[in-house]
Amino acid sequence: MLRMLLRRMFLGATTVVIVSMIIFAGVEMLPGDACTAFLEREAQGKLLENCREAQGLNRPAVERYIDWASSAVRGDLGISANGQKSIAELVGDRLANSLLLAACSLALGVPLAIFLGVVTGLWRDRPVDLILSTLTIFAMTIPEFVSATVLILVFSVWLGWLPGIVLTSASAPAAEFFPEIMLPVLVLTMVMTAHILRMVRSSVIEVMAGDYIQMATLKGVPYWRIVFRHALPNALLPAINVVALTIAWLLGGVVVIEVVFNYPGLGRMMIDAISDRDLPVVQAIALIVATVYVCVNLSADILTMIANPRLRTLHMRRG
Amino acid sequence: MTLAANPPRNTPWSRTISVLRDVMSRPSGAIGLFLVAFHVVLAIVSPWIVPHDYKAMNSAMMLTGPDAAHWLGTDHLGRDVFSRVLLGGREALLVTGIATPIAVTWGGFGGILFGLIGGRVDEVLMRVVDAFLSLPWILKMLVLIVTFGTGIEVLIPTLAFFYGIPVIRIARAATHDVVARDFVSAARARGHSRLTIIRRELLPNVLDTLMVEGAMRWSWMLLAFSSLSFLGFGVSPPTPDWGLMIADARGFMSFAPWGVLGPVIALSSLIIGINLTADALAKALGIDRAQKAPV
Repeated sequence: MLRMLLRRMFLGATTVVIVSMIIFAGVEMLPGDACTAFLEREAQGKLLENCREAQGLNRPAVERYIDWASSAVRGDLGISANGQKSIAELVGDRLANSLLLAACSLALGVPLAIFLGVVTGLWRDRPVDLILSTLTIFAMTIPEFVSATVLILVFSVWLGWLPGIVLTSASAPAAEFFPEIMLPVLVLTMVMTAHILRMVRSSVIEVMAGDYIQMATLKGVPYWRIVFRHALPNALLPAINVVALTIAWLLGGVVVIEVVFNYPGLGRMMIDAISDRDLPVVQAIALIVATVYVCVNLSADILTMIANPRLRTLHMRRG
Repeated sequence: MTLAANPPRNTPWSRTISVLRDVMSRPSGAIGLFLVAFHVVLAIVSPWIVPHDYKAMNSAMMLTGPDAAHWLGTDHLGRDVFSRVLLGGREALLVTGIATPIAVTWGGFGGILFGLIGGRVDEVLMRVVDAFLSLPWILKMLVLIVTFGTGIEVLIPTLAFFYGIPVIRIARAATHDVVARDFVSAARARGHSRLTIIRRELLPNVLDTLMVEGAMRWSWMLLAFSSLSFLGFGVSPPTPDWGLMIADARGFMSFAPWGVLGPVIALSSLIIGINLTADALAKALGIDRAQKAPV
């Protein structure tokens, strides 16, 4: 068990290291660097040389990578090319805002998805299931910017219930984002619920068809006791991993949502940085997002391992 | 995985027909196939059937409501929205239609190869694949697009490359399910080359999974493409594109909602159509897709 945990953590760490290499190499291969972006038209001759000298861009790539990676580990993400400000400072507020958005959506979406997933799984092919499953397909497949636009049209333009755009500044405390945050949360919740619901539903159906459930039914165990005591604990276990993957998806999908609602989060900052070719900021955000992704997946794997006795001994059987 | 469930293989053609028949026999599959076919046909014939020139501006009729001449009204430059909606899927279908087969082919081949080789190489390469997957798609693509431009000659290779990476994973897993079977060992013992083993033993068994995966990738690619257009990184104006049209018309939504609704319905129906088809195809081929991750 411990060996497996350690192995899993080692793999996660390896992935982060490889990601950081990919990010660095990727940015390295792009034409232009921090200095050409900062100096823009004046980027030539002596001025460019001096800037590169000052930023240490003339050193070999491997040396700069080690430098960048080791300071990133210490929490120093470098200096943005345009503003000459510390990236860690710039990113801090934005990251907190994005996390707020994600936390609200998760708090709303996960319980809802599990509840509806169990309902549709137990009442399979009944009207409830058919309606919800159809809605799920819609929520899952329609691009986020489309559902966001439709929701703004309905709730903000036609009904006038919720603000359709976020005007709060990036550094405002979390409480000030209400009620503006509600529509973006609603869109994210919708998509997330759909993904998790689908998974929970199929898992409930699979478990309920199992031999031990049939056995319990034949023994005369009351239906709801079977559902709650025997079926659900097994059916919900895989949900942990789907929630993790959904969070990972959130990291990408949230970008579009943030742009649509003008939400001052990490995603919008990323788009701005890419448009401005602020490469140090792009690198930093990429590294943060990838690390979050790996950590979320890792925690899900560990949670599943702890909760599921069969997985704990899987490596013994596989050899 | 699903080998036992597959019907005995006759000729490829008769199998294709029987699978298609199975897809058509499911209500969701029939609707899905119809929507996809409708959009593909529309994309081909639309230049000849549009009622107005898609780029003809008219400053006298900006943001007018639907009427007999302009069924979906006009946009902020006085262009006919209906004509633009009819044409708006061409670029998206062209780009994703070329990029999807490329992505599935290179990802599928890579995955089968990794699965067959196994061992250290496979382990290391899968870490690289994981690393690529841990970066949000939008970041990877935007960086390339901002650097190299937004034309289809950049979009097609970019989409094909990044969407092939998750296919590697799927193909590798499917290969692992068959690679330890006796017929593969037998082929190895007969001294066949890796290429022959892939072509004759592995590919036929992995093909079903790849087909379903391809259909799914297509819908995700379409989603990515239209999101990029929406953000202003896809096709460039005045080419009509649904994502771009929604972005343009959003500002006038409070008094001219028809500009948004047309492209919204068109784009949604195409993506839903592909998804319904993919689902029905997965069921027809006996592949469980419900457990798949959203990424």
